[in-house]
Amino acid sequence: MPANAVAVAMSGGVDSSTVAALLRERGQTIVGLTMQLWNQRRLPQLQGDAPVQHRCCSLDDVYDARRVAEHLAIPFYVVNFEREFEQTVVRPFVDDYLHGRTPIPCTLCNNHVKFDQLLVTARQIGAERIATGHYARVRRNSGTGRYELLRAVDDTKDQSYFLFGLTQEQLARTEFPLGELTKQEVRAIARRLAVPVAQKPESQEICFVPTGNYVRFIEGYLKEQGSSLPEEDGEIVTTSGDVIGRHNGLHHYTVGQRRGLGLATGRPVYVVALDRAKNRLVVGEDDELRRSVCEVRNINWIPYAVPHGTVEAAVRIRNRHEPAPADITPLDSSTARVSFRESQRAITPGQAAVFYDGERVLGGGWIAG
Amino acid sequence: MHVYLDYNATTPVDPAVLAAMTPYFADNFGNASSIHSTGQRARSAVDTARESVATLLGAKSSEIVFTSGGTEADNLAIFGIAGSVEPAPGMSRKHIITTAIEHHAVLNACQEMERRGADVTYIPVNAQGIIDPEDVRRALRPETVLITVMHANNELGTIQPIEEIAQIAKDADVYFHCDAVQSAGKLPIDVNRLGVDLLSISAHKIYGPKGAGALYVRSGTPIEPQFQGGHHERDRRPGTENVPGIVGLGKAAELAREHLAEDTESVAALRDRFEQSLLDRIPSARVNGDRRRRVPNTANLMFGAAGGEALVIALDLQGIECSTGAACSAGAVEPSHVLTAIGLSDDDARSCLRFSLGRPTTRGEIDRAIAVIPGVVERLRALSPHSTSVAPAR
Repeated sequence: MPANAVAVAMSGGVDSSTVAALLRERGQTIVGLTMQLWNQRRLPQLQGDAPVQHRCCSLDDVYDARRVAEHLAIPFYVVNFEREFEQTVVRPFVDDYLHGRTPIPCTLCNNHVKFDQLLVTARQIGAERIATGHYARVRRNSGTGRYELLRAVDDTKDQSYFLFGLTQEQLARTEFPLGELTKQEVRAIARRLAVPVAQKPESQEICFVPTGNYVRFIEGYLKEQGSSLPEEDGEIVTTSGDVIGRHNGLHHYTVGQRRGLGLATGRPVYVVALDRAKNRLVVGEDDELRRSVCEVRNINWIPYAVPHGTVEAAVRIRNRHEPAPADITPLDSSTARVSFRESQRAITPGQAAVFYDGERVLGGGWIAG
Repeated sequence: MHVYLDYNATTPVDPAVLAAMTPYFADNFGNASSIHSTGQRARSAVDTARESVATLLGAKSSEIVFTSGGTEADNLAIFGIAGSVEPAPGMSRKHIITTAIEHHAVLNACQEMERRGADVTYIPVNAQGIIDPEDVRRALRPETVLITVMHANNELGTIQPIEEIAQIAKDADVYFHCDAVQSAGKLPIDVNRLGVDLLSISAHKIYGPKGAGALYVRSGTPIEPQFQGGHHERDRRPGTENVPGIVGLGKAAELAREHLAEDTESVAALRDRFEQSLLDRIPSARVNGDRRRRVPNTANLMFGAAGGEALVIALDLQGIECSTGAACSAGAVEPSHVLTAIGLSDDDARSCLRFSLGRPTTRGEIDRAIAVIPGVVERLRALSPHSTSVAPAR
């Protein structure tokens, strides 16, 4: 293969298929790779009524990706990362839940599988770079020589929140051709290039939990592994410590949750915290969910190795959260304290905090708690 | 230059086979069971093919049952014997003896027998992939109804001591089936010399078409048909005969017999040259299996620290086609059961490639493969996992 060959991560969906078609149209030498990450035959009882098609890793998706590659007449291979995916994504996902955190598997997958294992495989087979269907942009700053991550031009599609963990080495070898385009433009290109999956609906759920029912997935997974959920029921308490009910296992709850608490309090109450040490579910009113400060760990800084002193940034604490102004004070090279100008609702341990300076991503890490 | 080195997965249809088959699609399209002349022409072609296959195997025509391929032949042998042989008096269960390195067509059929209440003993292999016949003898029980052992292994090419096992089976009065899908056309096969009661072959491994195979069933061996239907194949395998496929198998069997000597000699020379060149050029590469007791066309090599999956892709992009273990398990997570059975660790098993040569393989192709493979392996090793910077941990 020529030295500038690019491996396209093809999921069988519209976005990555369009990337392949676009690069092909530009005369780029490409090879399509589809990752087999999860065996849908495992835990079949969890598939529910949701059609297995149009989900990551279903046989139908591999079929779709293959059909697109055939249509484009490009070399195409399925690479199996089921082991790596289970180790670096599924187990930490289950573990996070059991520890009362709310995990983001997509970020773990990006950090440990897509931009690590897949990039290694791409390079091994002779492609020095990979292209994906993510909506984000990469730019080299000629002043600093560093690669920077930018939000997508189409803010409604921006996926930079899930990409904050990319290292300089990874960013240098990555292309996001859709980052400059709107969803409408992508659909139009897909139609113009006759991409076979142009009409395919988008999937919204986590790929290995197509029903969206995480608790059932975790129960099924633990059972398969020969263990089970610690069904420790415990007290539901208010922020002032009054016991007002009982919960049936902390893993059923997430910070900010309102429904399903089984409390008759007259006023709306929310989960404020999961107190693992005391196995207590702490609830409170809306204003008690609000906090101004949090600690962020395992930070990956992007435009610089580590900032000098406090950084002013807009901080996003969950996908779709409007980034809020905050001061970020580094405590060491990978930990920082984030102080918001205005208190934020439901700062959730386990979620990522991503720091923005306008369209630039300064970095991000994991909310401690 | 494009070099196909995956003949154990499948072979191209020989032009002479294709020519023999062609008239039986449209011109002589008859149903071999029909009374009229069109049907009789089909019947005649099927009979001729049956004789040809019987001749290849040293069997009688009446002992050949045509199937849809090797998998069906293996299934028919295992379920057909298990279904027709009564357990020994006083024994409620049936027992089957097989090996740890069988093809999935046999292995999964045996596992299904276990789900249906039978006991199965899986005989282990030594580091070269060969079983000890004494292990078979020791595994025998009064309720043993079948021993099934492959002739040549599809991944390693190693050859099992079939004649010795056959003697043990005969002494114990137990039926003996042999999966010869990978040895047909590569080794002389004579069912009487081998001493087997049942033996499976497949057309597409010997330059015949896909979708055709045969099971040899020794006269007097009871076999329960696995489908319900007409009285085809002497009540052993119902279903209208796949006449073009059967004709193709017959022609392929005829060619296999004619070419056997030259096939084995020239292919073995090329294989040995290929293998030795790679061992010389790739540090720490190793041959899996028994280098003496194996079919002449197969080379299974371990490259260590280089993932087989990425290696197969990288080689394909360079025009060299080979496989990681069995084609059937490609894409599966589990490392090859054959390679773990000979004692390789999961990681080592994942770094193995199978190259299998064929009748059309040329010296030029082998030279090309020898020129390309070492560089690709070196690149893969240099870039083996975690040589790129690792993303931040949680």
